[in-house]
Amino acid sequence: MASPPPAVATTGLVLSYGGEPVLEGVDFQAPAGTALCVLGPNGGGKTTLFRALMGDLRPVAGTVRVDGRPAYLAQTERTRLDFPVTALDVALMGSLSSGRWWLAPRRSERRAAAAALDRVGLGVEADVAFGELSGGQRRRVLLARALTQEATVLLLDEPFAGVDPASAERITTVFSELREEGRTLLISTHDVDSARSFDLVLCLNGRQVAFGDPARSLGRGVLEETYGGEIMVLEAADGEREVRAITVQHHEH
Amino acid sequence: MDPVDFLLEPLRSGIERRALAEVLLLGGVCGALSFWITSFRLSYAAESLAHGLLPGLVLASLAGAPLLLGGIGGVAVAAAFVALASLDPRIGADSATAVVVTGMFGLGALLALSPDAPARLEELLFGDPLGVTDTDLAAAAALATLGGAALLALHRPLCAVAFDPLGSGALGVLPGLVRLALLMLLAAAVAVAVQGLGSLLVLAILVAPAVAMRRRAPSPAAAMLGGAAIASGFGAAGLYASHHLGSAAGASVALALCVAAALVGRLPARVRPDAAPARAGRRASA
Repeated sequence: MASPPPAVATTGLVLSYGGEPVLEGVDFQAPAGTALCVLGPNGGGKTTLFRALMGDLRPVAGTVRVDGRPAYLAQTERTRLDFPVTALDVALMGSLSSGRWWLAPRRSERRAAAAALDRVGLGVEADVAFGELSGGQRRRVLLARALTQEATVLLLDEPFAGVDPASAERITTVFSELREEGRTLLISTHDVDSARSFDLVLCLNGRQVAFGDPARSLGRGVLEETYGGEIMVLEAADGEREVRAITVQHHEH
Repeated sequence: MDPVDFLLEPLRSGIERRALAEVLLLGGVCGALSFWITSFRLSYAAESLAHGLLPGLVLASLAGAPLLLGGIGGVAVAAAFVALASLDPRIGADSATAVVVTGMFGLGALLALSPDAPARLEELLFGDPLGVTDTDLAAAAALATLGGAALLALHRPLCAVAFDPLGSGALGVLPGLVRLALLMLLAAAVAVAVQGLGSLLVLAILVAPAVAMRRRAPSPAAAMLGGAAIASGFGAAGLYASHHLGSAAGASVALALCVAAALVGRLPARVRPDAAPARAGRRASA
């Protein structure tokens, strides 16, 4: 029997913002229900890849295939904190993806938005103004908005950046539940250690450095090639396997 | 004076009844629209359109054509010139708009001050609600009906884009189209409202109501309704002031709206983003 088509796949993908390619040679497949970690340094092409998967950025070369319209959680929150909307209003915005933008939300859509807020642990905060929530809570509300889209593919750009431990724990739980439901998650991160808990890892640094099972892919050579001078290897066991490493950010003063 | 007389006396004149109807109609739609104008940071665009359409008004006045037609033509030409000038990356959109609008305004003044022109420049600049015609009233009613319907239909996309300009695209909304639709509504409102309030003062009804309501309404719908109520109420108060004090009607309406922005805008804010850390701290410790 033929295997089902992957939920997300690219072949020979080359991306550019009009000049030189910023990301090239990207070939990967994410079967439905898998969690894929997109690992790489700042400027390595993680957000650029997500933009291509959303259809915002047309490939210079290669192909992109995504199962339906993906939901997206942006890395940088650019929401207006002074805009008068509640957490429930924001979650309900996810139902716009159904295409009935000119009509008031249906009761079923309101229920779905409330359920999404419950799922991220903010059901009791549904009527609180978005601008009055903490940073971690706002991130969870935006995750609820993505959940309300009912997308089979979710693109989550640095979902744990700037998030408090309680929110991070809740987000991790939601991700596990989504995987069990058969949804496909693409999650970008800097965190090498957390990448090991994923089904697949895609390492980017202006090009595809590696793709595959994290246990096999995240060797010393791959990490050094992915992060260049921004990585510090702490210890290594079993040759190039099970390398522990931290990323180091360089700042100019 | 008896309070009832104070309220009813201006309404005994058909001219002032029409002026009041014009202000109430324009206040209803422009007050609601003003929330979106400020939310999308289009106050400068509104001012630019209002000033840039002056040549159209003057030409219509010279030709004896309805000012509404001149306003529509003026807005279209100003918008086209602004769009063309903004294409030059060496200038930048803001500078291009400033140069085009100043040029258009100067051209309008030049035409209006020519020896053959009727002496109506003052009316075109500062408006005259007492001079509105039945056609102007019909245009205001059409704007209130169609503009209101458009705001209702666009409510959810407007909310999504104003709240999260970058993330709304992933929801299936097209932020550029939403912004364009809002600009078209703004242009229509300017073209119609300029009949009563003039090229210089029309901005008051398009921005002041939102400034008064900003950070005070619990939802966009409440902000729109509040803006409409403030624009209509304070606009009417301006007309009454004009009648009883003998002041210029257009300027009195504009001044009343600015007073609303100053007074209501000073009331305590409901939505305070700067309070977020304290609130978050309380929640975290709860």
